[in-house]
Amino acid sequence: MIEVIDAERCTSCDICVNVCPTNVFDKTDGIPVIARQSDCQTCFLCELYCPEDALFVSPFADMAQSIDVSLKQGALLGSYRRAVGWTDETRELRGIDRSYLLFGH
Amino acid sequence: MTGRAERLSASTGSVEYDAVVLVLGGGPAGTWAAISAAEYGARVVLADKGFCGTSGATAAAGTGVWYIDPDPALREAAMAGREKMGGYLQDRRWMARTLDCTYAQSNRLADWGYPYPVDGAGKSQRNSLQGPEYMRLMRKRTKAAGVTILDHSPALELLVDDGGAVAGATGLRRQKDDRWIVRAKAVVIATGGCAFLSKTLGSNVLTGDGYLMAAEAGAELTSMEFSNPYAISAAFGSVTKTLFYGWATFTYEDGSVVPGAASKGGRSAIARALTQGAVYAQLDKADDAVRHSMRASQPNFFLPFDRTGIDPFTQRFPVTLRLEGTVRGTGGLRIVDDTCATTLPGLYAAGDAATRELVCGGFTGGGSHNAAWAMSSGSWAGQGAADYARLAGSAPRGQVSHAGTVALRERAGRPFAPAQLARAIQDEVFPYELNYFREAVRLNGSLQRLDALWAEASSADAASEADVLRAREAAAMLATARWMYRSGLARKESRGMHRRDDYPGQDERFRHYITAGGLDEVWTSSRAHAVSSYAEAAE
Repeated sequence: MIEVIDAERCTSCDICVNVCPTNVFDKTDGIPVIARQSDCQTCFLCELYCPEDALFVSPFADMAQSIDVSLKQGALLGSYRRAVGWTDETRELRGIDRSYLLFGH
Repeated sequence: MTGRAERLSASTGSVEYDAVVLVLGGGPAGTWAAISAAEYGARVVLADKGFCGTSGATAAAGTGVWYIDPDPALREAAMAGREKMGGYLQDRRWMARTLDCTYAQSNRLADWGYPYPVDGAGKSQRNSLQGPEYMRLMRKRTKAAGVTILDHSPALELLVDDGGAVAGATGLRRQKDDRWIVRAKAVVIATGGCAFLSKTLGSNVLTGDGYLMAAEAGAELTSMEFSNPYAISAAFGSVTKTLFYGWATFTYEDGSVVPGAASKGGRSAIARALTQGAVYAQLDKADDAVRHSMRASQPNFFLPFDRTGIDPFTQRFPVTLRLEGTVRGTGGLRIVDDTCATTLPGLYAAGDAATRELVCGGFTGGGSHNAAWAMSSGSWAGQGAADYARLAGSAPRGQVSHAGTVALRERAGRPFAPAQLARAIQDEVFPYELNYFREAVRLNGSLQRLDALWAEASSADAASEADVLRAREAAAMLATARWMYRSGLARKESRGMHRRDDYPGQDERFRHYITAGGLDEVWTSSRAHAVSSYAEAAE
């Protein structure tokens, strides 16, 4: 489930509020808040759409987790966005789907 | 007729639009339907429960696509290869037209800039789509086609005119705290299937809402017994990617191998083992080349592992099976002609909201056929709805009434408790011994409890504004579960994904479809399968 909105990275653009398919976030006067965490379906799409890599979705679908702030120093913030080629530096990854080599197994 | 849908002034607390075609649902089927209707000249409004572009089972995942080059031998093999698995309930004519339409629409995606990969021989490979990329593009094309998109706007009920034709819908705008009303000449239901809030990837918006709305107006369902696929995921996570578990070894707690367990053709062994205790998987059969392809193709598959420090290739991890219901089942709204019209005038169905029996029979092996069906049925339904609207002309509608029932009308003065109801339904549809492995006594027991829940819910008061979406979702799940099990009881054999412990074999007398409908009284009846009825006529 969504666990972190990093206040240092977030620019209050509210894209996550718009794109979350289950309406988990609410707008505020400042940065958005995780208003309905239990509605999160752990689809990781808010992370993918966040242009500042300010969000972190824990992979645990059924249980809230306390997340170590040290992840900010780690490579985890934005890792999904980079892997699918949705950053300027990784754009060439958008066309590397190799599923056609895996089908028929 | 072209141009954006007109926003009319409306009473406080609601917005009103006048459209020619209203599309409910903004996943693949809904966006193809909206684009198709707009291209046929209709003013289109698309209302999505979440955000068109991230909503639904496709956006969060990656999916194969049943894309086959138009070589007669390849097409024949593609159709023939599916028939046994689907229990010989497919319809060759529909399979062929789905292959044609999918080929054409996939090639349009390439023209629109979808970044299909190019293989070593320089060929563009078009049998797979990355969900986020695909649906971001579909949103862009939907807007470019002139469609008015209402995000975070779940439909609650259909509007029906004096003559019984569907005339629009109403719903909530969750982020505006008000309601929308769209008056339309035709409506396409593309709200997806029902996965019962199981958290199988991207599916928690898929609660069977369209089935309920359509059934309240009198539409029929079909093949609802084919509604019990379960997908493998890490026990703690939401990412279901069945294909990759083809390289897994499944073990018990003590490390010994679960006999017969496999992602394909051995999932029931995993389900049986899970009723006894924990089951573990390790993708130890994947060599370096396969590992590399997996990482490149489906980065989200690895998020649960990378974020918990598990190497799924060298370490074992606990797995579970999450119910996918009719999202990957083949049941849904019954369609009656090539335009994906339902039994109700003015109402069309597409994607997982519609039956996939014509293309898949009683089994879907993966997203591939559902993705092809979404593109194809969406395109046909959008065009069909636009054509229907054009013939209906501009005659005034007369009085329009609201077709919704449960959770929307004041009844006996008892409150509606949606969260409790949803859990009670899950207790009937999640357990493997009830749904994966079916049997008459257990199905009847479940149905008694589900019918009692329906009696209670349908006589409860209207849900509060804060609860009405959850209440309608729970009601839709409940109706879906009852059609599933009633149809499952009627099919006294095992065929496709429907397994009966008390009737383990496939029985030729049941090579027909099962229609279902009704809310207070659920009914089923059998309908001839096109090919088997031709065969009987020839005898």
